Amino acid sequence: MRVVALHMGLLALLLGLHFVLPAYHQGNIARVMVLASFAMGYNILFGYTGLLSLGHALFFAAGMYGTGLAVQHLAWGAGPALVGGIAAGAVVSGALAFLALRTSGVAFMIVTLMFAQAGALALLYFSEWTGGDEGFVLPQGGRLLLGLDLSDANIRYLAAFALFATCLMMCLWLVRTPFGRVLIAIRENEERVRMLGYDPFAHKFAAMVISGTMAAAAGAAYGVLFGYVGSSFAEVQNSILPLLYVLLGGAGTVLGPFIGTLFMFYLIDLSSDITTAHMLIAGVALVGLTLFAPQGIMGEVRRRLWKGLP
Amino acid sequence: MDLGPYLMLAVMEGAVTAAVLALTAVGLSLVFGVMRVVNIAHGEFFMLGAVLAWWIAQMVGGHAAWGFAAALIGAPLLVGALAMAADMTILKRLTHDPERTIVATIGLLYIIQQSALMIYGADARPVEAPFNTRIPIPWPEHGPDGWQMIWPWGLGTTSYKLAVIVAAVAILCAVWAVLARTRFGLVMRATQADREMATAFGIPVARVYALTFGLGAGLAALAGVLIVPIQQAHYLMGADPLLLSFIVVIIGGLGSLPGTVLAAVLIGLTDGIISVFFSPTLAKILATLLVALVLVFRPLGLFGRHKA
Repeated sequence: MRVVALHMGLLALLLGLHFVLPAYHQGNIARVMVLASFAMGYNILFGYTGLLSLGHALFFAAGMYGTGLAVQHLAWGAGPALVGGIAAGAVVSGALAFLALRTSGVAFMIVTLMFAQAGALALLYFSEWTGGDEGFVLPQGGRLLLGLDLSDANIRYLAAFALFATCLMMCLWLVRTPFGRVLIAIRENEERVRMLGYDPFAHKFAAMVISGTMAAAAGAAYGVLFGYVGSSFAEVQNSILPLLYVLLGGAGTVLGPFIGTLFMFYLIDLSSDITTAHMLIAGVALVGLTLFAPQGIMGEVRRRLWKGLP
Repeated sequence: MDLGPYLMLAVMEGAVTAAVLALTAVGLSLVFGVMRVVNIAHGEFFMLGAVLAWWIAQMVGGHAAWGFAAALIGAPLLVGALAMAADMTILKRLTHDPERTIVATIGLLYIIQQSALMIYGADARPVEAPFNTRIPIPWPEHGPDGWQMIWPWGLGTTSYKLAVIVAAVAILCAVWAVLARTRFGLVMRATQADREMATAFGIPVARVYALTFGLGAGLAALAGVLIVPIQQAHYLMGADPLLLSFIVVIIGGLGSLPGTVLAAVLIGLTDGIISVFFSPTLAKILATLLVALVLVFRPLGLFGRHKA
């Protein structure tokens, strides 16, 4: 009960912030909520199932380009295009899961990295449709959902909030179902799970598809809400960022991805006044976290204050 | 000019790529073989080698050969020392756990790359080659007077490019000699075969790891120094060698040195040939897909063998 109260409290706080935040921070928090949805998707695979993927940018980009290309070339509205983007993410993550889950450990990381790299290069190669590394700006018509203009700052915030709330509640529900428990058991000891009669491959497959689809939903929303589709979102860096958010916030906690994203986003935002080399902060944070706080912020909270935090 | 000269040109360019790639990939393979560490920051050591070569050549001044010679010795030593320091302060504390070290070396990648951006800047800067004579290559052609040698325009290489190939072969032979003939090589192979047994026999495993990591980074830096007169030094230049070395190490079989060298020659030449006839982006897409599929279906690499 306390758990539900905590998560609903955060959602209420974010909804309330909509009415008090100045415009600049409102835009930032909208961005953080979309990126946190990406990180939550990543966390289902990495934090709960224990599979470290270096290719989630591919799923994010599948959602973003699935939506963006449908709007740009097929003149679809935002509604069907978003559905198309999310479906594209589900298909891509299913295909990659089918191949990559044949490997484990370090090989799994490299296989996901390589497929994502091939995807990013393919976006450059087919630049006639994708706009190459310049990308393209979505036309205004593709940013109308049920008569709401998603490029308007207020509606954008609420749309980002809706996505974030859906993902958060799904995560919270998922990790407390028997299915979620099996995922955690796979992270702890895959052999024992097999011995108990569960099928680890089926569970990992499902976890990867859910994770990839959530990442794709975030990518699709990012494209529509901020009006730009570009191949930089498919690059390795965009696979590393959710890993960083999750590590910082706490892998295997429901709130961790949001906390990590919020923290990192503002850290990079503040540092960009000082230097252009803002990925330096990400590098230092990654090394520091693996060395001194592998549990992340919410992981420490769970260890010290609240044992049962999901 | 028909297909033949183009192919010859592609092979010449590919041989240079292969030579530099073999050095970089052997460094990566050594680190993986002995330490079981996947070093994502390996490409940045290559970049540091090139950037330091520019810096050292700048400081030495005088004739281009002096600056280059100083860079050839100084840059790999500096980079090797930096890598050893990184191993002792970061990787050792993670007890070289494979998954956590990957995350840490990703962090290291950004730290090195972004520091280079801050200190060295975003410009690409050239280093002058110590010697650079153009060598045209003749081509036999059937003309009205029967077979004769012609010198097609554009077909040729430079003495420096040939020197790079020779140097790479020499360095690889030296690495092989160190591994096979010296006490350090023996200790390294012992650590690779069984870390705990090595510890039990009194081998200072921590020091072997640090030296191996330094040696691997030094080889990458050496490759960076060799390439910089052909391709300018830039803070983002580490990405391609990293990707290609990964491909080479995986195709050649993880941790197998002869396989790595063979795969480097294979990949270097095909990359050269495909890039001349098709788009370089397409070549990279095919190569990355190939390596991912090899890992999925033949996890030990094409030339890898199961350990007994």
